[in-house]
Amino acid sequence: MAHLSPVPVLEPGQDRTMILNMGPHHPSTHGVLRLLLEIDGENIVRIMPDIGFLHTGIEKTCEAKFYQQVVPLTDRIDYLCPLTNNLCYVLAVEKLLGLEIPPKAQWMRVMLNELTRINSHLVWLGTHALDIGAMTVFLYCFREREDILRLFEMVSGQRMMTSYFRIGGLALEPPLGFFERVQDFATRFPAKMDEYENLLTANPIWGMRTKGVARITAEDAIALGASGPTLRGSGIDFDLRRDMPYSGYEKFKFKVPISQDGDVFARYMCRVAEMRESIAMVQQALDGMPEGPIKAVAPKVILPDREMMKTQMEALIYHFKIITEGFAVPAGEVYQAVESPRGEMGYYVVSDGTAKPYRVHMRSACLANLQTLPSLCEGRLLADVVAAIGSIDIVLGEIDR
Amino acid sequence: MPVPPAITDLEQLKNHPAIAKLRAWNPAAVEGAKFDRDEMSIYVERSFIRDACDLLRQNPDCPFNYLADVTCVDWFPSEPRFEVIYHLLSISKKERVRLKVRLDGSSPALDSVTPVWPAANYFEREVFDLFGVRFAGHPYLRRLLMPEDWEGHPLRKDYPVEGYR
Repeated sequence: MAHLSPVPVLEPGQDRTMILNMGPHHPSTHGVLRLLLEIDGENIVRIMPDIGFLHTGIEKTCEAKFYQQVVPLTDRIDYLCPLTNNLCYVLAVEKLLGLEIPPKAQWMRVMLNELTRINSHLVWLGTHALDIGAMTVFLYCFREREDILRLFEMVSGQRMMTSYFRIGGLALEPPLGFFERVQDFATRFPAKMDEYENLLTANPIWGMRTKGVARITAEDAIALGASGPTLRGSGIDFDLRRDMPYSGYEKFKFKVPISQDGDVFARYMCRVAEMRESIAMVQQALDGMPEGPIKAVAPKVILPDREMMKTQMEALIYHFKIITEGFAVPAGEVYQAVESPRGEMGYYVVSDGTAKPYRVHMRSACLANLQTLPSLCEGRLLADVVAAIGSIDIVLGEIDR
Repeated sequence: MPVPPAITDLEQLKNHPAIAKLRAWNPAAVEGAKFDRDEMSIYVERSFIRDACDLLRQNPDCPFNYLADVTCVDWFPSEPRFEVIYHLLSISKKERVRLKVRLDGSSPALDSVTPVWPAANYFEREVFDLFGVRFAGHPYLRRLLMPEDWEGHPLRKDYPVEGYR
């Protein structure tokens, strides 16, 4: 059974150990994570994460908003993969409403989600390598990340807080020339992946800092609720995109990379291989992009086009009603999970039949992954904590919500 | 927008692996069930939740070995006020099931499932922090997200959105 620290309040008084405070403003904690470390020399005896510094009460705020007003809030939970959060929330509400999403919107969603995954993994790779001491990778990764952010800006008008997926479809038609730009990126990117891997994968210093460090067994990973690359790095072959497909993922061909070792290097290899699979899926989406509408047919739920609104009385009425009083969602509850770059992102939405969600709960992959940190680090050296935090790829915005 | 009506008749749902297992073990443990929008919810009697989770985790036909989430819904002012919700996942069978426990508003408490899944540690602390539901047997039941000295439980429905002033 996995380790569960029974008495996490650390008190000095032992002869050999001391308490060290790490964070909340430590560059390698990826946000505002505070760690209390009990150390014996350089060895970690116990470790206790302290979270909540970024708690903004998003779940409570959601209960006071109309369903469509929650979409921009979901961006702000995990600021490295806003589109994945958008997708998870809109899928949950669409399931409550029973909406059919047209194929083009589904393919766009998959394509942008995979770009988001690459975007998020690039930030992870850059900062993770920077934590361990490889400066160059950071600069390379952010160079390509900028290209992806420009694509997001082109399609949604925003670089990071996209809110591009809406209940019932997409916010806008992709602009002219968008697919050419994505194609250009998809053609260039695999060579860039080789560049990163040339710097790291066979690098002996990288190997010494990551191989055999911060191990977790498959059994412990499952017991502690780890998901995503943290779980697959320990040899569990489970990916929601393949095993419980949503939004048309079943039409895509891709491999789920797994690694058996369960150490920092294994998780690194999983994510790097995932990026290659993702760019191949972007290519598949580009090749097979269907034609057709980008919104479902549901005038009471989806805002009408601007032109319709100005020429048709009925469209104007629906527009007015959606903006002023929202739309009622049939009572019920839905748990929708998607494979975010960090693992299982889940939205549990409860409706009581009104226009505002009764309860929105976000299942944060990072919160569960963070629980593995004590078993990853205890008994190891202080310097390995930095590598371990990087390898589970946490975003504190998502943990604290 | 066709959403088929929810099935709440326990007799129709008795073949579901989780319900069958729980009813074979202890018929009193299952208070009811609901199959709605392709999702199965099982209402579990409060005192059996830990054993029910352990049973489902070790069920050889369909092991729900992964605890995806624990959360809570406040149905204030109706009683029973709280519903604690467990989302279980079977990694091998790719199935999900939702367990629900109804709790009174006066002193909401139930057994912790941390002995079954250590993953429940943070999830239960979060529910305690934001709803004030107590989990008996939790190794470290303290606030997770809010400050230690915070008053009240913010996700309760009688807690104002803008906080107390």
